[in-house]
Amino acid sequence: MFDYSMAEIGNIVVMQGFSGLSMFTVLLLMALGLAIIFGQMGVINMAHGEFMAIGAYTTVMVSKLAANFGFVNYYFIFAILIAFVLAFAVGYFIEFIMIRHLYKRPLDTLLATWGLSLVMQQIFRSTFGAKEVSAELPEWMLGSFKPTPDIDIPINGVFVMFLALIVTAGVYLFMYRSRWGLRVRATVQNRVMAGAVGINTAKVDRMTFALGCGIAGIAGAAFTTIASTGPTTGTLYIVDSFMVVVFGGAASLMGTIASAFGIAQAQSILQFFMTSSMGKVSTLLVIVGILMMKPEGLFASKLRK
Amino acid sequence: MSTFNRRSFMKAGGALVGALLAVGVISSHALAADFPTAKVNTTGLAVTDTTVKVGILHSATGTMAISETGSIQAEKLAIEQINAMGGILGRKIEVIQEDGASDWPTFAEKSKKLLVKDKVAAVMGCWTSASRKAALPVFEKENGLLFYPTFYEGLEQSKNVFYTGQEATQQILAGLDWIAKEKKAKTFYLIGSDYIWPRTSMKIARKHIERNLKGTVVGEEYIALGDTQFGSVINKIKLKKPDVIYAAVVGGSNVAWFKQLNAAGLNSAKQTMLTISVTEDEVLGIGGENLAGFYSAMKYFQTQTNPENVKFVEAFKKRWGKDAVIGDVTQAAYLGPWLYKAAVERAGSFDVDKVQAALPGYVLKDAPEGPVTVEANHHLTTKLRVGKWRKDGQADVVYTSGYIKPDPFPKGYQ
Repeated sequence: MFDYSMAEIGNIVVMQGFSGLSMFTVLLLMALGLAIIFGQMGVINMAHGEFMAIGAYTTVMVSKLAANFGFVNYYFIFAILIAFVLAFAVGYFIEFIMIRHLYKRPLDTLLATWGLSLVMQQIFRSTFGAKEVSAELPEWMLGSFKPTPDIDIPINGVFVMFLALIVTAGVYLFMYRSRWGLRVRATVQNRVMAGAVGINTAKVDRMTFALGCGIAGIAGAAFTTIASTGPTTGTLYIVDSFMVVVFGGAASLMGTIASAFGIAQAQSILQFFMTSSMGKVSTLLVIVGILMMKPEGLFASKLRK
Repeated sequence: MSTFNRRSFMKAGGALVGALLAVGVISSHALAADFPTAKVNTTGLAVTDTTVKVGILHSATGTMAISETGSIQAEKLAIEQINAMGGILGRKIEVIQEDGASDWPTFAEKSKKLLVKDKVAAVMGCWTSASRKAALPVFEKENGLLFYPTFYEGLEQSKNVFYTGQEATQQILAGLDWIAKEKKAKTFYLIGSDYIWPRTSMKIARKHIERNLKGTVVGEEYIALGDTQFGSVINKIKLKKPDVIYAAVVGGSNVAWFKQLNAAGLNSAKQTMLTISVTEDEVLGIGGENLAGFYSAMKYFQTQTNPENVKFVEAFKKRWGKDAVIGDVTQAAYLGPWLYKAAVERAGSFDVDKVQAALPGYVLKDAPEGPVTVEANHHLTTKLRVGKWRKDGQADVVYTSGYIKPDPFPKGYQ
């Protein structure tokens, strides 16, 4: 490492720091929706990745429309909104026909949603074809932002970062500062009691599940800026999503944030000093080690069992 | 594809008066009569007086469907064209398609079904090395015939398989020679996905760079399949400043790799990159703007202007839609049925052993990529081309090598 000048090393430190932050926000976006569905409701949603794919395909479609009608520069805002609405609507529907019958059988939701994920993958394949597609990115999102000639900060990374911030803030406000959030938390803590004080728990469940799916849709839309979209795109994200949520402690929003940050930084730094695959393996080993000592994750919820 | 027909026409001509020749159906019946089924099929294959069953075994579902769909399309097109000109020895090809479902044991199982139950005379199929390795024991045990289209790592040779793609040395050595000479490259950064093909390829590349090109490998890196975060790797590359990035990243990672490389400011204006894993098929997902200016080393590019290819591209688009693109492997898959037809006609028989013996030495003159020769080791002698990608997702061929003989077990590279 010593045959480089201080300036070079400084630049790399800056870019490497950003790359860690960028990975953090990607993991956070992935995991937020799942933190609500799995963390709050206890539903093991194996189809979470496919809800991201809904968002991603929506973005690709909107980008095609945008290219035809010439609003390429700002279509992304619409794409994100439509992705949220669509994923929300599909989630709402799925909760209605499937999930609500399985709340008392949590392990069966695992099987059912896994089946759902396969069905959705095949629907994507039949509708959009087996080949991977990409959204056409607006010109301003390509390339990098250069504070000095030797530092490149990818603009799509900055974009994902801001989006993650906004969504996280939104989820926080919703869960902890709104009537709806209050009802959700009440239902999570004690379903019978919540029902007794007049909360329509079935409705709360449906909205919560749909919200989690909607956020997955936003995440999927954001990821079109860094990767491509195919029928099995969702499977790339599902493992990381669960890892972040479980490591953070299932029922805690703070836990999810802390866990995404920790995993991203560890992985990013280790991958720089080791090879990429070794970096990933080491990160996973550390996670397994910590989970063995703290099976509830970093931030265990303080529920009475 | 007129020359394929010459032999059959001459045979038919001998058997019939000239006037009947114009009627394709009659001539093919007559031809079939020239080759009675009892004689051309002594091992109980699914060959009748009018048909021959051929299997297609690719993943139509699952992760690999992205890549294998093109191969299925090419094989079906070739078979339809062969049928339109009368089939093989007067017998129409009947396709039995099975889905490997991107699951390697399924490939073995379906191979068995095709060979034992359907008794197909040949199979066009497999794509990943893992699927081929899974199916290979079945083909060897049941003495089947497999035409395998993908460029792959080599280190294999089976009498039951014909490899219509390139083995590793055919794809790697000439491409590296070219870039070393053209770009005066001395330092190389090797990066690939973490499985057998990239690892074997990089091993060969490293030996060639260090020993023959007198260059230096400044980094070698493997990415888990499906990984989409390249921030740290890109920073390492920026620190090492290699003359050339030599890449074999596949699947979903490929797209993330190119997008993030561009976003990090390493576009083709600043960085030379030669990849051995990007064809026209992948570009659809990656987006031409992310690739423009980078190089790929392949044996075939869709933009080739030889008349055989122009005809092929036209037929392919007519059959599969004007937006269809043709990548290297798709073209290699297209060769399979034609090679099989030629082999059967040379052997005058569908019997697997005779077909195997008949194919080596054959020159397929009007392959879209240009003439190819089947060698005794069941691989093809082909040329290597380097394409420079354009924004529209097509590549300009900037270099074409001479003919390169296949060498699946390269001495000194293992």
